[in-house]
Amino acid sequence: MGSTDAPSTTYQLLDLYRAMRRVRETEERLAALFADGEIPGFIHLAIGQEAVSVGIAAALDEHDTLASNHRGHGHAIAKGLDLDRFFLELFGRRDGHCRGRGGSMHVADLSMGMLGANGIVGAGLPIAVGSALAHKLRGTGHIAAVFFGDGALGEGVVHESFNLAQLWKLPVLFVCENNGWSEFTETARLIATDPQRMAAAYQMRTCKVDGNDVVAVAAAARTEVAQVRAGEGPCLIECQTKRVRGHFEGDPQKYRDAGDIAVAAHDDPLLRCEAQLIAVGTAQRTIDEIKTETKIRVDAAVANARAGAQPAPLDAFADVYSPEREPVS
Amino acid sequence: MTEVRFGGAINRALSDALTADSRVILLGEDVAQPGGPFGVTRGLFDKFGPERVRDTPISEAALAGVAVGAALTGLRPIIEIMFMDFVTLIMDALVNQAAKVRFMFGGQTSVPMMVRMPHGGGINAGPQHSQCLEAWLAHVPGLKVVCPATVADAYGLTRAAVVDDDPVIVIEHKALYAAKGELPDPPTATPIGRARIAREGRDVTVVSYGGMVPVALAAAADLARAGVESEVIDLLSLQPWDEASVLASVAKTHRLIICHEAVEAFGVGAEVAARVADAGFDELDGPIVRVGAPFMPPPFAKALEDWYRPDAAKIVAAVKKAIS
Ligand SMILES: Cc1ncc(C[n+]2csc(CCOP(=O)(O)OP(=O)(O)O)c2C)c(N)n1
Ligand SMILES: [Mg+2]
Repeated sequence: MGSTDAPSTTYQLLDLYRAMRRVRETEERLAALFADGEIPGFIHLAIGQEAVSVGIAAALDEHDTLASNHRGHGHAIAKGLDLDRFFLELFGRRDGHCRGRGGSMHVADLSMGMLGANGIVGAGLPIAVGSALAHKLRGTGHIAAVFFGDGALGEGVVHESFNLAQLWKLPVLFVCENNGWSEFTETARLIATDPQRMAAAYQMRTCKVDGNDVVAVAAAARTEVAQVRAGEGPCLIECQTKRVRGHFEGDPQKYRDAGDIAVAAHDDPLLRCEAQLIAVGTAQRTIDEIKTETKIRVDAAVANARAGAQPAPLDAFADVYSPEREPVS
Repeated sequence: MTEVRFGGAINRALSDALTADSRVILLGEDVAQPGGPFGVTRGLFDKFGPERVRDTPISEAALAGVAVGAALTGLRPIIEIMFMDFVTLIMDALVNQAAKVRFMFGGQTSVPMMVRMPHGGGINAGPQHSQCLEAWLAHVPGLKVVCPATVADAYGLTRAAVVDDDPVIVIEHKALYAAKGELPDPPTATPIGRARIAREGRDVTVVSYGGMVPVALAAAADLARAGVESEVIDLLSLQPWDEASVLASVAKTHRLIICHEAVEAFGVGAEVAARVADAGFDELDGPIVRVGAPFMPPPFAKALEDWYRPDAAKIVAAVKKAIS
């Protein structure tokens, strides 16, 4: 990776920091709202993994498509989804992205190329491959990206997707967010190989980055996205990261050493980015302002969501199928 | 009117769909250069080229997921699953993705994909290549399921499925592929969700679909010789199904038989029977009788398979039971 690819200017670094702060603030707020019983269901937080979603999304264009997974809040927000509608959706309100029918695991905004979070492990990969096929056949110039965890490597459809993408030289970026855990089990106890070797078995280009260093992730993403966009075929980026919270909120993590959690929390990508900012001469005041701005923005989104209208059950029938059209001959 | 085979009618429909809309692509195992395991896609690769007509690896699960992703990104994919038995491998993409996307994303988008798959026995293909699993799919909100019985509807439902904005599964009875029939000139789309009266009659309504329609018509001919006039309804669509047409027929005949090759238990017939027993209760003069395969996997041996698959004699017996 050439150093010219690194987002070296203070301005770019501040953008990355601001985006990570937005994800973090959102998820910390979700944790509190969930604990208070204001948000129902399952929520899986990616606290400590923000550098992955933000670093990758920084290399994508607005109309590049993105498939995500169950731990997808960061992916959606980094892709640029509106925070008000995001919170409305997590609160199960009528005006959420999905009219309150999807919730945390299904946030989607097709107008932003966001093809949805996904409650089925591994399911996003073939969707991204199909999206990439459409980009290629339609000549859109866009690419498809997909985030998935290390646990997803056990799914057959992941292998099938690697093979298809490489066979057809499709413009798809596979991003393996390797946090070492598959729910309540260390992935090392479940998978006989590693993401790079697995993709390489299908002759795919791969690289591995420190997924807690947003500069490294953004640089790798920029290089690889350029190649994918140029028609060089798919690529897998393995981002080594750490899961700070439980698998889902409310998970007591009895299966995990306290030390492992502490190590994860200590390697905070936001603190690392702050140190990088200070090193290039950014004033602490600037960082603090970003924190304050972000908090105010999230406060507003939460207040808006709290006040949001409830969805009407009968309205849901309207979208089981598309509106009827006249058949053509 | 032109006489063509059932498989040929589907081929023409696919060709016309690929011609009509450049967003349509066709993917499946052996569908391109080899022309399809049953020859249904013959010639399409030569006509439309390798970008739009693609042979895929033996990766059904990914193939169906690819169709979802392509449909979400502006294409209208058609995929072929070689035998309906392999639908087990694509259930996630169909049930958890394709069927739910529109609903789960709040109506933001549709998933205009079509899946073709042959079902049914008659070629001694055994327990893993002969099943009729349509009830599984008809049970899923968000999917549409159709099953043509005639050459005209093989063409017509295929065209309708491709232009439909939702995921449509077109189930083709493999024993029908070689059957000949009349294709109107020009051929037309068959609306999804409407049944067809295949034979009019006043004494009993026989609801059927796909490969069982000709069998039901043969039974009706037998019964007519005994003075019983059957009204044979070809459902064409299983999800949504044309409840109004069935109820109208029952209002005339007051007796109902439902026959399909799928196992009788928990099948399409159970749903039709339950709805008519509810909405049409006042019209019924006798028990609703179902004819389906016995509750076992489809067996291989000719003697076993012939016994297993419902035939005209079984339908005649069911009608006699219903009117006795
Ligand atoms: C097909 C499927 N199997 C199992 C689950 C339950 N499940 C949800 S997340 C998860 C672990 C996934 O691990 P990984 O892909 O590494 O993602 P992470 O949670 O670490 O972000 C499991 C087993 C599921 N949602 N889907
Ligand atoms: Mg993991």
